[in-house]
Amino acid sequence: MNRVPLQQKVLSENDRLAASLRERFREHGVLCVNLISSPGSGKTTLLERTLEALPREARVAVLTGDIQTENDAARLKRFGFPVKQITTGGTCHLDARMIERHLADWNLEDLDILFIENVGNLVCPSSYDLGEAAKIVILSVTEGEDKPLKYPSIFFKSELLILSKVDLLPYVPFNLEAAEENARRIHPGMEVLRISCAKSDGLEAWLTWLKNRREAFQHACREVVLR
Amino acid sequence: MREINCRASVEPMHEMGIANSILEATQKEADRHPGSRACKVGVRIGEMTAIDMESLRFCFDALTRDTELDGLELEIEWCPRRHRCWNCDGVFVVTNHDCRCPKCASLDTVCIGGEELELSYVEVEENEPSATAAEST
Repeated sequence: MNRVPLQQKVLSENDRLAASLRERFREHGVLCVNLISSPGSGKTTLLERTLEALPREARVAVLTGDIQTENDAARLKRFGFPVKQITTGGTCHLDARMIERHLADWNLEDLDILFIENVGNLVCPSSYDLGEAAKIVILSVTEGEDKPLKYPSIFFKSELLILSKVDLLPYVPFNLEAAEENARRIHPGMEVLRISCAKSDGLEAWLTWLKNRREAFQHACREVVLR
Repeated sequence: MREINCRASVEPMHEMGIANSILEATQKEADRHPGSRACKVGVRIGEMTAIDMESLRFCFDALTRDTELDGLELEIEWCPRRHRCWNCDGVFVVTNHDCRCPKCASLDTVCIGGEELELSYVEVEENEPSATAAEST
């Protein structure tokens, strides 16, 4: 019997591809954000409202993942920005290879922000690095405020928590403060935004977050080039 | 006997993809030792990886059954979430999601463990003389 020690990541192939994507995003100064939530928390709606609010000349694009249908891409294409659907055909998450393949005929030089809408799932997407600069987790107030405790991994790995559908608070027993506290137990210092796409509440703060994050990212990219 | 690589392209749960990656790495290592077969693989899995151990074992068994890796043993070393305190430099295991340093009560702590998803070793053993060779003598 011979024990051969190995020092490698289980998902080393995905990690390798993700690292090469991250390098390309950095080279071209493209802020890539990976939006993750349960099905029905409002990822697509948030993206609709985001694209709607951006000026026509904004350099943004969307990759949207689902197990089946092109419905989300159809919804998002209406705003005139490049949008591509990734249909996984059953797989519960996006992986770096899918991103690489679907980026193939876009020129990253033309972009400032790439939004990736992951498959609706709070578990599996947290294991797969897509080369993004930030993961963003969305939790709607029609879910439980203990979700950060039930699905700690994704809250731990996400930079920003968006609490969505806050216009429904009068009708549901959801405690915003408890949800934020739970998220910060898992991830001390986590940033949180409260948003209602239906009432347009909190959208300005979200757009400001994006703008600041993009500027900080692009500044950091230039720093690397200068060094 | 099924081909090991003949796997489902669809992953209804991500543990299938994880199990598959473990098996690919195991096979790759075994291939470097001609005349041997892999009998055990060790992995380290962190608490914060969102991997369900039972699902992983289920997928692992399903993928190896009736292949040349049939019978391959999977040893999982489960790694809890650990933090280091910037204030007193103490290291502690985080229980019940409480990231406060148990020694000095500082909240200024950083995660240093719990995200592992790594292969740690593969055990290979020499093939026994094949049954057909034994029969011909």
